[in-house]
Amino acid sequence: MAVIFQKPKALKDTSMHYCPGCTHGIAHRLVAEALDELGIEGRTVGIASVGCSYNSYDYFNCDMIQAPHGRAPAVATGVKRSKPDCVVFTYQGDGDLAAIGTAEIVHAAARGENITVIFINNTIYGMTSGQMAPTTLLNQYTTTTPYGRIADLHGFPINVCEMLATLQGPAYIERASLHDVKNIKKAKEAVKKAFKVQLAGKGFSMVELLSTCPTNWGMSPVDALKRVRDEMIPHYPLGVFKGENLEV
Amino acid sequence: MVHEIILAGFGGQGILSAGRILAYAGMLDGKQVSWLPSYGPEMRGGTANSSVVISDNPVDSPVLNSCNALIVMNRPSLDKFESVVEEGGIIIIDSSIVDRDIKRSDIASFKIPATQIASDMGNMAFANIILLGKLISERKTVTVENFEKALYAVLPERKHNLIPDEMKALRIGMEYAAE
Amino acid sequence: MGQKLLMKGNEAIAEAAVRAGCLHYFGYPITPQTEIAHYMARKLPKVGGVFLQAESEVAAINMVYGAGSTGTRVMTSSSSPGISLKQEGLSYLAGSQVPAVVVNIVRGGPGLGGIQPAQSDYFQACKGGGHGDYRQIVLAPSSVQELYELTVEAFNLADRYRIVAMILGDGILGQMMEVVEFRDEEPIEHYEKPWATTGHGGAREQNVITSIHLSPAVLEKMNQNLQAKYEIIKQKECRYELYNHEEAELFIVAYGTVARIAKSVIEMAKREGINVGLIRPVTLWPFPQEAFEKVIDRAKAFLTVEMSSGQMLEDVLLAVNGRRKVYFHGRMGGMVPVRDDIMNIVRDIYKRHVKKAE
Repeated sequence: MAVIFQKPKALKDTSMHYCPGCTHGIAHRLVAEALDELGIEGRTVGIASVGCSYNSYDYFNCDMIQAPHGRAPAVATGVKRSKPDCVVFTYQGDGDLAAIGTAEIVHAAARGENITVIFINNTIYGMTSGQMAPTTLLNQYTTTTPYGRIADLHGFPINVCEMLATLQGPAYIERASLHDVKNIKKAKEAVKKAFKVQLAGKGFSMVELLSTCPTNWGMSPVDALKRVRDEMIPHYPLGVFKGENLEV
Repeated sequence: MVHEIILAGFGGQGILSAGRILAYAGMLDGKQVSWLPSYGPEMRGGTANSSVVISDNPVDSPVLNSCNALIVMNRPSLDKFESVVEEGGIIIIDSSIVDRDIKRSDIASFKIPATQIASDMGNMAFANIILLGKLISERKTVTVENFEKALYAVLPERKHNLIPDEMKALRIGMEYAAE
Repeated sequence: MGQKLLMKGNEAIAEAAVRAGCLHYFGYPITPQTEIAHYMARKLPKVGGVFLQAESEVAAINMVYGAGSTGTRVMTSSSSPGISLKQEGLSYLAGSQVPAVVVNIVRGGPGLGGIQPAQSDYFQACKGGGHGDYRQIVLAPSSVQELYELTVEAFNLADRYRIVAMILGDGILGQMMEVVEFRDEEPIEHYEKPWATTGHGGAREQNVITSIHLSPAVLEKMNQNLQAKYEIIKQKECRYELYNHEEAELFIVAYGTVARIAKSVIEMAKREGINVGLIRPVTLWPFPQEAFEKVIDRAKAFLTVEMSSGQMLEDVLLAVNGRRKVYFHGRMGGMVPVRDDIMNIVRDIYKRHVKKAE
């Protein structure tokens, strides 16, 4: 019987713990497909962070290190600087990367550290049950903004790609979305390009993936995908912020 | 014999490097040595001191609460350290900067206008070396031969052309008939 | 022995690390240990290594975590406030059993404190400064020569036990210069590191470096394994120096710089006909209980001297376990114990415990 669809080799044949409708599974798959297609799983070291994907090493087949909250870019730096032949990526959520790990991501980017960052932005803390994230949109309800995110009280959401793109260090920064098939295909190309940038030794690459959290948003999976399209993309526009013409 | 020496003055007067040169020469003489700097937040202009121990036996403590020889290059250093010199010890004073005599009678003092002499020689930075000269002639702390070698080892190469003049300064200090 | 050099303590640590095969250093500037970073910044690029000034101590220790995870010999150094920031990383290194060498050139605290020498991080180093049931090997050199030798040894111990080995010095040790005699060849121990995350290359199963175990049963088992390892270290790796101990009835207990001062006190006491011995713990964890057992029958009293409020004192009290009186003298905030002050206390203890008995 012909196999027409299967899991990428870089993903383990196991079921994931993510909630129904969560896009982490898609994001994992895109990373794994990139590792497969580039034939680099055997020399890849992934850095898991703190958040829902803390145990992504149970899903990826490559070597993995579990990093303290926010520190994945620093851990990745240590790996890359000691083993430059390894392909190193971090997989971080918005709380990990844009709140507690702000210093680490900014400086890894500023150094042009030759690593790849996969940044999952779902505008909320998932694992700890739905608190405000640095990317939470204004007026969004969370368990710590029960009356909505109010600028005067909670400040404004952070647009990470735009912020990092102001730096000289990064080689490639793109924001993509996982809310429909067309965009998932684009996201796939972005993730793959990010790894290619690293393989070419061009320096820091990051792909932000707009993602869902139906459980903590209190939405059905379908409505959650619509929210990405209707509410998130207007604030977090898709596109390449750095390295548009970079050939790899 | 244990030489326990405190050198003190303003930052920039060569207090720390004088101590290092002395310790290095002691090492070349085959002695056990330690050099301990004061360290502070200022890079320039603050007070500086360093403690040097040169001994035939392993150095017990590099931290000196008392000493048997003191070199001072400013008034606050004399005020601070005069009392810690052990009986029978010596104080060597840069009298072009320090404007008072010592108060004690159980120790010897040697006043040399080192900064003035160095300035007349054309390089104020030799003042510390002139004072070290007096220390060496009085206490036989280290040999002159190894002092010269220590200069080559401790000073950066770009300053090696000054070493013949530094050795002249050392001899001026050694032979100076201090008050 | 080989080359003799007059070196600053901090530079001796850095040179020792390079000689021990540590070609990766990550750190953040802080007085009084910055010369380590300066030395590494000059030296490592010339020997094919990596020096990286991190954005914070937090980042630096996590870079150490990453490099250590690949099996690479790696080091960071800092001073007290910076070491506080590294505690998160130290706990992770312990939990995931990644070897690393960490240097703390201690300054006075708490808070930003001062920059003068202190021994007030003993609790933090020996009793677990970060969260969880963990230990690290703590080595306390007391000369520049020993800074060199114990730094080399720290890398061996770290690899041998997959543990953090900490060099606990103080501002004086870091800043002072003494003669160091380097060995022609370092006793580097080489260990296989099949656990390292360097890419499986299709040749083995995935390696995972992690400290998270959400099942309490699994986490307890992991902790039991750690404790079993710590027990072996306690049995095998205690180091100490006994000085002038054969005839002595009074003992000073001191480590690092203070042990040096204690030795001058012992010489002063000798001149007065008072025989004082020294117990100098070289490993602070594991604490060398054995040294106390060797002298307890003859000892009439102990005097612990520290640049702290009495932190090692607690381990001395446990070691003596009520069998003898233990006295304490401590200075804080960067003040250094004065030999005359210690001598006065020695005279007093001598009168109470030795002379009276005679």
